Amino acid sequence: MTSSILLPLLGGGLIGLSASLLLLANGRVAGISGVVGSLLAPVRGDIAWRVLFFAGLLAGGLLLAWLRPGAFPAPASPSAGGAWLLAGAGLLVGFGSRLGNGCTSGHGVCGISRGSVRSIAATLTFMATGVLTVFLVRHVL
Amino acid sequence: MRPSLSAFLSGLVFAIGLGLAGMTDPANVLGFLDVAGDWDYRLAFVMGGAIAVHAALRRLIHQRARPLFAATFPTFSASKPDAKLLAGSALFGVGWGLGGYCPGPALTSLATGAVPLLVFVPAMFAGFYLAQVLQARGSRGATRAEVPRAGAAPAP
Repeated sequence: MTSSILLPLLGGGLIGLSASLLLLANGRVAGISGVVGSLLAPVRGDIAWRVLFFAGLLAGGLLLAWLRPGAFPAPASPSAGGAWLLAGAGLLVGFGSRLGNGCTSGHGVCGISRGSVRSIAATLTFMATGVLTVFLVRHVL
Repeated sequence: MRPSLSAFLSGLVFAIGLGLAGMTDPANVLGFLDVAGDWDYRLAFVMGGAIAVHAALRRLIHQRARPLFAATFPTFSASKPDAKLLAGSALFGVGWGLGGYCPGPALTSLATGAVPLLVFVPAMFAGFYLAQVLQARGSRGATRAEVPRAGAAPAP
């Protein structure tokens, strides 16, 4: 039990540290959908830090793939049906998180950390529909 | 340290945190959301750990007058939760439950070049774009002063 929650706690702590660094140094909120999504409507003077944060995410992904490949699922090509499902999921994640002004990081971590009522409401909502979706897919359909 | 380095480092640490926490494997995420099945509670500690650290540090950070490399700290909407916030979050949750990826883990995993991410991430960007087009259209009727500058309010 303690060992199984140690890495989630440590990983979560690093996420909190990362968000704190971005706030302290850049005065920005580490909400991934906002940081990266805003690159699609770029504003002069507000681009570099977003690109660099994104580059940092990718570099971190490469580092993990090298040093801790088990962090990622075993490589597999999705079936045609699976690919359409993933595309639909991606579309909903992108559209919903932008419309709702945040995702797991912006609302779930940064927003709740400052006690934002909007972020608490958003987090409860996406947790609820996420749970409901998995319930329908795994136990009903 | 310079602002470009801090932004890069922040992204790097974020990704490593996600990977160590188990967030980059959708099987873990779906197991966490499957409360009616063999519920995998571990990921609750990711959000818990992140909030504990950030809530404590942000109090210290806000004792400063301003960030190291920026003029001001972010400001946030003071309005109550509205339909747009809740509808967007609800749709996001459905996509999260279908694919097991939220934006951070998806972009981190993109680095592996795995096929599922080559499908998911472009679709996610299409979703970002659609939402921005929709919101730009929705605010076109508003007066100029009410229209937030694009990118000016990245915070939730």
